[in-house]
Amino acid sequence: MAGRERSPENEEDSENAKTESASNIEESMAPNTQVASVPKEVEDRNREPENVIIRFAGDSGDGMQVTGSMFTHNSALVGNDISTLPDFPAEIRAPAGTLPGVSGFQLNFSSLDIKTPGDAPEVLVAMNPAALKVNLSDLVPGGMVVLNADAFGGNNLKKAGYVVDPREDNTLAGYQVIQVQISNLTLQAVKPTGIGQKDASRCKNMFALGLMFWIYDRPMEPTIRTIRQKFGKKPEIAEANVLALQAGYNYADTMEIVPNQIRVSKAQLPKGTYKMIMGNEATALGFIAAAKVSGRPLFYGSYPITPASDILHELSRHKEFGVYTFQAEDEIAAIGACIGASFGGALGLTGTSGPGIALKSEAMGLAVMTELPIVIVDVQRGGPSTGLPTKTEQADLLQVMFGRNGECPLCVLAPATPGDCFRMAIEASRIALTHMLPVVLLTDGYLANGAEPWPIPRVEDLPKISVKFATDPATYQPYRRDPETLARQWALPGTPGLEHRIGGLEKEDVTGNVSYDAENHERMVRLRAEKVAKIANDIPPLEVAGDAEGGELLVIGWGSTYGAIDQAVGRVRRRGGKVSAAHLRYLNPFPANLGDVLSRFEKVLVPEMNLGQLRWLLRAKYLVDAIGLNKVQGQPFKIKEIEKKIEELL
Amino acid sequence: MTESNMPLASNDSPLRAPADAGGLAAVLPQPPQPAYTKQDFTSDQIVRWCPGCGDYSILAQMQKIMPSVCAKQNIPRENVVFVSGIGCSSRFPYYMNTYGFHSIHGRAPTFATGLKSTRPELMVWVVTGDGDGLSIGGNHLMHALRRNIDLKILLFNNRIYGLTKGQYSPTSEMGKKTKSSPMGTVEQPINPLLIALAAEATFAARSLDTDTKHLQETLERAAAHRGVAFVEIFQNCNIFNDGAFESFADISVRKDKTLILEHGKPLIFGKDRNKGIRLKGLKPEVVTLGQGITEADLLVHDEKSEDPTLAYLLAHLSEPEFPIPLGVYRNVSRPTYDQLLQSQVETSKSKPNAGNLQALLASGDTWTVE
Repeated sequence: MAGRERSPENEEDSENAKTESASNIEESMAPNTQVASVPKEVEDRNREPENVIIRFAGDSGDGMQVTGSMFTHNSALVGNDISTLPDFPAEIRAPAGTLPGVSGFQLNFSSLDIKTPGDAPEVLVAMNPAALKVNLSDLVPGGMVVLNADAFGGNNLKKAGYVVDPREDNTLAGYQVIQVQISNLTLQAVKPTGIGQKDASRCKNMFALGLMFWIYDRPMEPTIRTIRQKFGKKPEIAEANVLALQAGYNYADTMEIVPNQIRVSKAQLPKGTYKMIMGNEATALGFIAAAKVSGRPLFYGSYPITPASDILHELSRHKEFGVYTFQAEDEIAAIGACIGASFGGALGLTGTSGPGIALKSEAMGLAVMTELPIVIVDVQRGGPSTGLPTKTEQADLLQVMFGRNGECPLCVLAPATPGDCFRMAIEASRIALTHMLPVVLLTDGYLANGAEPWPIPRVEDLPKISVKFATDPATYQPYRRDPETLARQWALPGTPGLEHRIGGLEKEDVTGNVSYDAENHERMVRLRAEKVAKIANDIPPLEVAGDAEGGELLVIGWGSTYGAIDQAVGRVRRRGGKVSAAHLRYLNPFPANLGDVLSRFEKVLVPEMNLGQLRWLLRAKYLVDAIGLNKVQGQPFKIKEIEKKIEELL
Repeated sequence: MTESNMPLASNDSPLRAPADAGGLAAVLPQPPQPAYTKQDFTSDQIVRWCPGCGDYSILAQMQKIMPSVCAKQNIPRENVVFVSGIGCSSRFPYYMNTYGFHSIHGRAPTFATGLKSTRPELMVWVVTGDGDGLSIGGNHLMHALRRNIDLKILLFNNRIYGLTKGQYSPTSEMGKKTKSSPMGTVEQPINPLLIALAAEATFAARSLDTDTKHLQETLERAAAHRGVAFVEIFQNCNIFNDGAFESFADISVRKDKTLILEHGKPLIFGKDRNKGIRLKGLKPEVVTLGQGITEADLLVHDEKSEDPTLAYLLAHLSEPEFPIPLGVYRNVSRPTYDQLLQSQVETSKSKPNAGNLQALLASGDTWTVE
């Protein structure tokens, strides 16, 4: 979101400022533009392209996440479809100017329906040599590089590992290079505000944003509004940022730093009112909506962990909806409190990432045993162990499926896009509350921090969640079950005559008393498994995009790979390839028709950001010889990677 | 049984609206509670502790005091919840005819915290032991105490692991020989009260399973406290650590070896009430009254002191030099976590347009596609 920091960026970066070359401002006024032989297709696109993929890159302190968010937000407001990929280091502030400190934000904005942040950037804004070094290899041939020339001083070059200034050898051959003395021009621009050198230097990201706004012919007003809101309590800082933004825009205009401004028209999105939404925000809003439609107070217990913390931040701002948030002393306390709140009648929620799931596992088992409704969000990140905290991965599927002692099944769901997190958070809550069991919602870092336009739903269109409580002492039994769902009844403390005890020891069927009886144990183990299996009667069938009757190849995925799979399959189909796609949002239980769908295709391809966890489940359950496309680089799939694999298989 | 004939209330029933609990429910006049008896708090479950276990006495005292606790605080039985972890002590909830949750090892304070946060009108007791509360669950105990959430935490300290059959616990004395320490432990034990005081517990007390009257009084006082109440109960495990407290708890020596704390009274003990504790420099010493020493020379107990120095000093008194103090070490008043959280929620809910979901979904910058 615009103005919301994803990592502590846009803050002081004095070290970098010191190393920037202090060349004469007057000399720098002429843009140093080298236009190499630009491939024909790039040139064509430049006039009025369908989409543009920009990557902003700089030091962790350069404010690149904010810059990218603001450009995204602006693009959304002018009506483009958007998709984003923030990519930042786990270190809050790695040494300035070094390769590990580089933070990037990739954004795809388009006049078409896009579903991914794009495979490769066409424009790279590099605020220092390290940012150039890390990102240049991703840039498409002939792409545009916008450099902060002031940052290419000796020490910065050395820190980035450049022996020769990359502007002076062949490093940038074949790219359209625009050099601007962003640091010095920013200092000049903000001088009238009288703010200190440090604060002034921190405005250079807004200057760079101004440059890009001119190149892509963007209105500055919405962004100026956002800046003023963001720095409401520091008007001089707000003013400096606005001045830097305007200076960048005007500089680009005066210098005509590109021969023609580039325009990306509005996307033809379905009618409606939209806003830009990120996955974690959508998850939080979905939970608030679920609490509202179910009439339950919302309790969210969580221990801060990347990349899940924003759910806690978002929910803690909305107590007016009867939202209770609890920053626990650890992951176990977070889920313990969530289960306790559920015992008391609240919609009990907890959120974490993989390492937190490991710690919560015993309590997840208790929720299975006590058959209480809770939702556990796992915003997956690269593992194992601490792994890659800020990078995305899908390798917790088998962990949440099986990572508990005993036969301990629970329901597992996975949203497909940032906006889909809203719907699936409601769905997870609905299943938990109506089937009386724990549900895991598997999102990931890419969904959590990625953004897309979101058609704002109407409250009256949200699913209804009907929650019922036991009240009659004459008939109440703690483990008596609904014959349809096998859900036990929820009897809340405070209800006269229903005093009862539950816990982690095996329960006697119906009465819920502690029982070590051999046959009772097997009956209860089977009942708990059957209860999860019965959810399949209460979820939609799997839909096939393409040839529903079957065909040569089915590409099946889950979670955040949706966009890349959808686009890749679409491209191949447009060329006549006999390939279809299906996307699983329900991973346990699977949709009832999944086996049937799989059997209609000659080949099944499963792209996953792990070593084949869904594939493993599909093979085990349906005896289908599924083929894997597996990537574990902490980065989402590129469309072309999946496209290539499809081509190979057809 | 079909869904339609299951006895159910819908979610809009006012009875079942915990969201308003503590808000609306707390201010509505409550109907007078029926007079309960001990039997009303006795569940139909067979008690499965070993014969002779100190837990029986604690259970009996709890069942005895609950009728008066409920009457005094006007709490119906259905609003009482016992939450426990794992261990012998943690079977406690099964035997109380109240709502109960037997959770997982060490985590009882976390379940109780979630419950009490969202249902502040409930009276929530936590039952734990020296292993459950101080070893595997030490972290949660500390944080429940520092938050001052309105829980009544009873730590049954038998200085041994009973349910796993006799390993040393974090409160076992140094050098103790057990199944897992055949040559004696090489670990310094932890003092539960010092943990409670370090975490700024607003109520900290200690009692003894065999002193039924003192135990009843202490439990009643814990029940009456608003905020976190921590009670260490010395509890004899007659199977794996029999006689652990005999040196001071045995009836023949108890009056000479224990000190009953009373607020505002000098620290006097002994069967002849002629011994006392006075301060020499920064150190306590035992003195005999008479021979020029009067009550005026003794330390006076002040459980209401905001400064925990005296409580620390008392908690450090140990055998054989000193008597073991029993009673309320600390009893101060501070805002509770559950009240403060509830107040934030209620304040937010009273804002104009609060709870307007459509407005929330549509908040921020939006655009419309015609």
